[in-house]
Amino acid sequence: MRFSIYRYNPEKDQKPYMQEYDIDVKKYNCHMVLDALMAIKNFMDETLTFRRSCREGVCGSDGMNMNGKNGLACTTHLSTLKEPIVLRPLPGLPVVRDLIVDMSQFYEQYDKVKPYLQNDKPAPAKERLQSPEERAKLDGLYECILCACCSTACPSFWWNPDKYIGPAGLLQAYRFIVDSRDTATETRLADLADPFSVFRCRGIMNCTDVCPKGLNPAKAISEIKLEMLEHTV
Amino acid sequence: MKLATHTFDAVIVGGGGAGLRASLEMAASGLKVAVISKVFPTRSHTVSAQGGVNAALGNVDGPDDWRWHMYDTVMGSDFLGDQDAIEYMCKYAPETIYELEHMGLPFSRLDDGKIYQRAFGGQTRDFGGELAHRTCCAADRTGHAMLHTLYQKNIEAKTQFYNEWFAIDLVKAKDGIAGVIAMNIENGEVVFLKSRATILATGGAGRIFQSTTNAHICTGDGFGMALRAGLPLQDMEFWQFHPTGIYGAGVLITEGSRGEGGYLINKDGERYMERYAPHLKDLSCRDVVARSSMMEIREGRGVGPKGEYVLLKLDHLGEDVINKRLPGIRDLAITFAGVDPLKDPIPVVPTCHYIMGGIPTNKFAQVLTLSADGKDQLVEGLYAAGECACVSVHGANRLGANSLLDIVVFGRAAGLHVQQSVREGLSFREPSESDLEAAMARLNRWNTQEQGESVEVIRSELQKVMQEDFGVFRDADAMQKGFKKLEALQQRLKHAAIKDKSLCFNTMRVEALELDNLMETALATAFLANNRTESRGAHARFDYPDRDDKHWLKHSVYFGDGRITYRSINMLPLEVKAIELQAREH
Ligand SMILES: Cc1cc2nc3c(=O)[nH]c(=O)nc-3n(C[C@H](O)[C@H](O)[C@H](O)COP(=O)(O)OP(=O)(O)OC[C@H]3O[C@@H](n4cnc5c(N)ncnc54)[C@H](O)[C@@H]3O)c2cc1C
Ligand code: SF4
Ligand code: SF4
Ligand code: FES
Repeated sequence: MRFSIYRYNPEKDQKPYMQEYDIDVKKYNCHMVLDALMAIKNFMDETLTFRRSCREGVCGSDGMNMNGKNGLACTTHLSTLKEPIVLRPLPGLPVVRDLIVDMSQFYEQYDKVKPYLQNDKPAPAKERLQSPEERAKLDGLYECILCACCSTACPSFWWNPDKYIGPAGLLQAYRFIVDSRDTATETRLADLADPFSVFRCRGIMNCTDVCPKGLNPAKAISEIKLEMLEHTV
Repeated sequence: MKLATHTFDAVIVGGGGAGLRASLEMAASGLKVAVISKVFPTRSHTVSAQGGVNAALGNVDGPDDWRWHMYDTVMGSDFLGDQDAIEYMCKYAPETIYELEHMGLPFSRLDDGKIYQRAFGGQTRDFGGELAHRTCCAADRTGHAMLHTLYQKNIEAKTQFYNEWFAIDLVKAKDGIAGVIAMNIENGEVVFLKSRATILATGGAGRIFQSTTNAHICTGDGFGMALRAGLPLQDMEFWQFHPTGIYGAGVLITEGSRGEGGYLINKDGERYMERYAPHLKDLSCRDVVARSSMMEIREGRGVGPKGEYVLLKLDHLGEDVINKRLPGIRDLAITFAGVDPLKDPIPVVPTCHYIMGGIPTNKFAQVLTLSADGKDQLVEGLYAAGECACVSVHGANRLGANSLLDIVVFGRAAGLHVQQSVREGLSFREPSESDLEAAMARLNRWNTQEQGESVEVIRSELQKVMQEDFGVFRDADAMQKGFKKLEALQQRLKHAAIKDKSLCFNTMRVEALELDNLMETALATAFLANNRTESRGAHARFDYPDRDDKHWLKHSVYFGDGRITYRSINMLPLEVKAIELQAREH
C-alpha cells in the first residue's frame, strides 16, 4: 500500500516535504492507519514521528489529516481510504515535527471556558442527586477526548485561534452549562458574550462532520446561543 | 556536569488518575507541586478504563457494607492482599466516590437520582452471599470520566504541569531519593527536578506481553526507575489476564458487559462458566474465568478456524441496555472485531490486563525497602501510588473496578501524607555529582551508541517470550527456557541502538528508554514467577497446581541484582477482625 506522508524536522529541514512509503500491510498485519504508521516506524524509517497511546480511540493522541479529512489514525480502517493515502498533521496549528502539532492554543481555549464543575452550595454528605433525564443531557458532550480534529477543521478557528474558543472548547462550555449540578451558568454565558468567543461560529458543520466520537459541537454551539438569548437582557 | 535544577516541594511522576488525585489533594496546601507526564494528562491510560469503580454505597440492593467489600477483596486476592490496606481502601471508598461526584464526574444515575451501580466480578453481599451491585460507573467510560474530571479540577487548582516530559531515572542521595531526572520530549532539554517528596504514579506495564489491553505507553517506567535506584519490586509474578480482550486486537471488552447480563460461550454454544463456577458463573473472579476460557480452548472447544477464542454473547440484553449502558463497547466491537454485539457474539480471549505487583508501599503510599536484616524500611522522600504501587490491595488477583478505586484512594493518601511530612519538616536531600551522573547514564548510552539492533527487534522478541512462557498457565520447563531467552535479550539490549538522534520530539529515543523499563519488568516477572512454586490467584502453574499456604503465604520481593526475599502479609486490620485464611470456593 502506498502512503504519502508529511515530513518536517525543523532541526534539519528547510521546509516540509511529502515522503512516499510503500508497505506490505498484509505482512505486518495492519488494519488501521496507526498500524501502518507503526509498521513504517518499526521496519522502514524510525525517524517518522507521530503521537499515539491507547490505540482504541479514547485518548485522543493521534488526530491527523488523512486523505484530506481529520480523524484518528487508530480507528480509521485502511480499507476505507483511497491510495496513495496522504497523511498530514492537523491543519492550522504549528507543526512541531512530522505529524505532531503544537496543541497549546487548542488547550488554552479549552482552559478559557473554565471546564470544571462550579457549585456555590455546600456539598452534601453523599452524592448530589441528578435524575437520569438531567444526566442524559450530558451524553454527547462529556465523551470528548480532546483530539482537536474538530477545531482544526474549523475555518473560524484557523483565522482566530487566539480569540475564537473553537468547537471543542465550546462543547465543554455547554457540557457544564447544562449540568444540573453547576451553578455558574450565568457567568459562563456572560464570559462568552464577546463578538469572538462564540459568535465566530458560522455554522459550517465541519466540526461535527469530522468528530471521531460522533459528537456534535455545532449543535452545542447553537444551544449556547439559544441559552444566551434566554438568559441575557 | 551542568544540569539545570527545578525545585519543588513535591514532584509527581504521572498524570493518570493516581497522579492527578495526589496533585489535587496538595493544591490547596500552599506547597509547590509539579506533575510530569510523558503524555498530555488526559491521554494517560486511566482514560481507557471502562467498567467502573467499587464503593459500598448501597444504592441498588439496599444497605451495603464496606466490610463485605473488604471480604470480597481479600478473598479475591487469594489472601495475598494486605488487610490493613484493604480495610483502608474499602472504608474510604464511599467518601472518595462522593468527592469525585462533587467534582463533577458524570456518573450514570438511578431513577431516584443516585449514582448507578452495576454488578461486577467477585462482588457479593453479606460475606460471600448474593451478587452485589457495587460498581459505580459512567456508562462504560468510567475511566475517561474520572480522568477528565480530575484534570479539569487540576486546571481550576492551577496545578503546574510538565506535559510531554519523560522521567528517565530517580536521583539517589545517601539518605533517600532527591528527585528525578527528566527530559522535555519536545526539545530534548534535560533537567533535575529536585523535591522534598517524589511520588511515582507511572501506571502499569502490560506492554511486556504481545497481546494486552494496555496502551502503548504502559511500559513500566516506574518499575525500571525503582530497580535501578536499588529499590525492590514486590509480587511481580501476579499479572492479571482479563477474560475478554478482543481476539487479535487485544482491545478490552469490560467485565461490566457480563455485569449487565452477558455471558461466555464455547463452540457448542455452551455457557461453560456454569460448569466451572456454579455460584458466581460469569461473574467469578477474573483469574477463575480466564483459566476456564483457556481450558475450553485447550480442550478443543474454542471457536474459529484454529479454535483460538471463545465468544461473549450480549445480543439477548437488547438494544436498550446495550446502547445505554455499553455504548462504547458496541463501538469497539464494531471497529476492532467487525461484529455488532446487538446481533452477534464478540470473539474474545484472555489478554494481559493488569499488574497486581509493583513498588511496595505502606497504606500512606510511602515506599518501602528491606534492611539488611529483612525489616521494612521507609525510603525517605519517595512515594508510589496507583498501578505502579503494591500497597497491596489486590494481592494475587485484583477484583474488577478495584483499581480505579485504588488509584484515587491512595493518590489522595499520598497527597495527604506528603503535606503532613512537609509540615513536620521533611527536607531536601543533596545528591552528589556521581548520583546525578548515575541517573543520566542510560540517556547518555542511547545518545552515543551508533550501531546495533533496533528497539523493535528486541521489544518484539521480549513480548513473544513473555506471551509464550509466562502466560495464563505456567510451568518450570517453559519458564526456565523463557528465562534463558530473556537473559540473552538483556545482553543484546546493551548494544541496541537508535538511528534517530534528533533533539526535536524524538519518539524513538522515548521508545528506547521505555524498552529498558520493559526489560527490567519482564525480568522481575520471570524471576518471581519461576521462584513461586505454588498456584495462587493469577499465578497458575501446571507443575504446582495448588495453593501452598505453608510455604507461600508471603509477598515475594525482588531486587534488580536478582536477589529475592520475602515480606509477610499484613493480617492486622485496625477496626475489624482479620479475615481468616480459607479456601476460595467457586
Ligand atoms: C482497557 C482497560 C480498562 C480498565 N477498566 C477498569 C475499570 O473499569 N475499573 C478499574 O478499577 N480499573 C480498570 N482498569 C485498570 C485501571 O484503569 C488502571 O489500573 C489505572 O487507571 C491506572 O492508573 P494510574 O494512575 O496508576 O496510571 P495511568 O493512568 O496509566 O497513568 C500513568 C501516568 O504516568 C505517566 N508516566 C509513565 N511513565 C512516565 C515517565 N517515564 N515519565 C513521565 N511520565 C510517565 C503517564 O504519562 C501517565 O500520565 C482498566 C485497565 C485497562 C487497560
Ligand atoms: S460549525 Fe462553527 S465550530 Fe463547527 S466548524 Fe463550523 S464554524 Fe467551526
Ligand atoms: S469534539 Fe470530537 S473532534 Fe472535537 S476534540 Fe472532542 S472528540 Fe475530538
Ligand atoms: S491512540 Fe488513542 S485515540 Fe488513537
